[in-house]
Amino acid sequence: MSDLETFRSETRSWLEANCPAEMREPVRDEDDIYWGGRRATFKNDAQKAWFEACVEKGYTVPAWPKEYGGAGLSAAEAKVLRQEIGRINARPPLSSFGIWMLGPALLKFGTEAQKKRFLGEVARGEIRWCQGYSEPGSGSDLVSLQTYGEDAGDHFVVNGQKVWTSYADQADWIFCLVRTDKTNKYQGITFMLFDMETEGCTTKPIKLISGNSPFCETFFDNVKVPKSYGEDIPAQVGEINRGWDVAKYLLGHEREMISGADGGDRTSAIGSAMKRAAAKTGDEIDPVLRAELAMFDVDALAYGAMGEKFLDEIKVGKAHPAQPNMMKYAGTELNKRRHELMMSVGGSRSLEWESEGTGGGKPSRNWLRTKANSIEGGTSEVMLNVISKRILELPGS
Amino acid sequence: MPLYHDDDQTMLADTASSFMAEEGSIAKQLRHWRDRDCKDGFGHALWKQMAEMGFSGMLVDEADGGLGMGHVEAGIVLEEIGRNLTPSPFLTSSVLATTALKHGSSDLKSRYLPGLIEGESVFAVAVDETAKHRPGRIGAKAEKSGNGFRLTGTKSFVIQGASADMIVVAARTSGSDEDADGITLFAVPKDAANMSHDPVRLVDSSVASHMTFDGVELDGGAVIGEVDGGREVLNAMLTAGRIGAAAEGVGVARGAMDLTIDYLKQRKQFGTLIGEFQALQHRASHLYSEVEIARAAVFKAQQLLDAGADSAELMSSVAKAKVARTARLAVQEGVQMHGGIGMTDEYDIGLYMKRDRALSEFLGDAYFHANRVAELSGY
Repeated sequence: MSDLETFRSETRSWLEANCPAEMREPVRDEDDIYWGGRRATFKNDAQKAWFEACVEKGYTVPAWPKEYGGAGLSAAEAKVLRQEIGRINARPPLSSFGIWMLGPALLKFGTEAQKKRFLGEVARGEIRWCQGYSEPGSGSDLVSLQTYGEDAGDHFVVNGQKVWTSYADQADWIFCLVRTDKTNKYQGITFMLFDMETEGCTTKPIKLISGNSPFCETFFDNVKVPKSYGEDIPAQVGEINRGWDVAKYLLGHEREMISGADGGDRTSAIGSAMKRAAAKTGDEIDPVLRAELAMFDVDALAYGAMGEKFLDEIKVGKAHPAQPNMMKYAGTELNKRRHELMMSVGGSRSLEWESEGTGGGKPSRNWLRTKANSIEGGTSEVMLNVISKRILELPGS
Repeated sequence: MPLYHDDDQTMLADTASSFMAEEGSIAKQLRHWRDRDCKDGFGHALWKQMAEMGFSGMLVDEADGGLGMGHVEAGIVLEEIGRNLTPSPFLTSSVLATTALKHGSSDLKSRYLPGLIEGESVFAVAVDETAKHRPGRIGAKAEKSGNGFRLTGTKSFVIQGASADMIVVAARTSGSDEDADGITLFAVPKDAANMSHDPVRLVDSSVASHMTFDGVELDGGAVIGEVDGGREVLNAMLTAGRIGAAAEGVGVARGAMDLTIDYLKQRKQFGTLIGEFQALQHRASHLYSEVEIARAAVFKAQQLLDAGADSAELMSSVAKAKVARTARLAVQEGVQMHGGIGMTDEYDIGLYMKRDRALSEFLGDAYFHANRVAELSGY
């Protein structure tokens, strides 16, 4: 047996022994997702047991080095683990912006002491992070951001406002883009880390068309951010005034994440499930709708292959550096189409906003939520601009 | 297995790419033969060269004198064929007929494979009997006659049929037209008596043949696989052929896209390069995204087929449908973005549009395969 096959069989038995049956059911509610953090509670024992087993094994962040709380898996091993987790439909033990976004930034730009402290906290689910990027006047044109940190010796005094900060009302710390030099647009931004409990920091949820509030407005009123959290632990990632490099790097990760390239729901076909769903309510799928479902499934399965190829290539440095923009564009447009079709199959039933049978209006709220996919993390139009410029190298863009 | 080429495959891609660009170019092959009204629609000299490169027998098992390569490798060659619109018997001979012959007797293999490997022989496949691909319906009959069979019926749009030294024919040996069972595949030599061709040139300058079998006597040795058990061989042949056609289609899409993007970087209007217009940039970027995805789908299908996975069949239809839609987008955007000159025969972009039409129709169009994806998925 090859090393990889040994790893697969070991992983399979480990998952068998450690992943409770309840954790192999699809995620139905927001509280089925465990986000960690100071204020986190477990929904049930199974969620707790699964989380703790994964922390112990380093499987909340399997590809991170062991010294930072990961399992130190190689690219090939991580792929096997992902396949085995997919095989039993195991839920992620821990979801977090710390894993998806801050982690990659620290791994690339952080100091050793920063990595040891912050990555460990993320891997163990101790601190929940949120992202302070967009501002009311700086959406697609993010680099025009105005939130200002004034140098006051051993600390910065931060004033300004962020918007679309995901789950800021539940987060412990924020990684935040702050202007520290007003005279230099690109090289005047610092990527700062600070505690959301610092005085002067307030959040207010934004109610969306889905009726839910996954995003907040976040206000900074003379927030004092120390320049250091200990020896070799600066409060910023990368150098002061060079935060745009970190932000750009991270946007790649965010786009990759939103693209759904790593499989799961985003890349699966829906036609056969839709037929069963319609049959349950005694409905039939119109032939023209069936045709659209079939065309969708072609696109979804093809995109699934693209996701696999993209992840394989990115691991060995074969992917074009701007390729996450393409994945984000295609993946989010596909997901919007998926929910449009699901709404059409569901008919009037999927319009119910509060009923028990729909889990409090899940179909319509989820459908509305997907409309943000092609806006957040860079709009589809911005993605197309980036493809034009960086991949196709079209003039003047 | 990762979805990128390994070192050997990368080398093959480099070789195939420069060979096809040099020897298989539009000027040297497609236009050359078209403008001479060539009866075959392709050049035999190039086919011989492709044999010398090791391409023609690349899917043939090593035991039978071939290279024993897989569909990922064949796809590499096909993508370059597509990019250059190179007319050649590669898809029908080296992919479709070769896949069928893998199920044939050792006599059949030793009779036909050496000629293929040498680039001397050309093979065709005759399955459809109407204008649309419909392999579920096989009406041509092969009745028992002495030690062999007597073949009667017609086959439509047999690509390169009149040029072929051997034609793989799907015929009914029992049951009725729509039955899945009762199909037998035959290797019919070109000089068989009572067989006639009515060749017709298609929009892409390829030549298809309407074939009539009026009591063609075949001995038992012409049977490929089992009598009445031909459906399995037919399916294997079609799956390989569809994935191959999809790979060629990706090449067509890429070729059209590359031409168009180059044009956007050269053409000036209103005092500026038209590639600066966001209206065109976004459409070009959308096209790029679709081509990348189609290419990944084809790659995945090739890998699954090489691994002998059951899911190769579903993925072959995903790939064929996705490529058909993507290549269609590429050639339509191509002609539109070229503007007036896109309508001229002098510019190549229109040739891509013609080839896409014919290639997408071959072995089932996007509608056929999307429907098949639905059927295979249970709805």
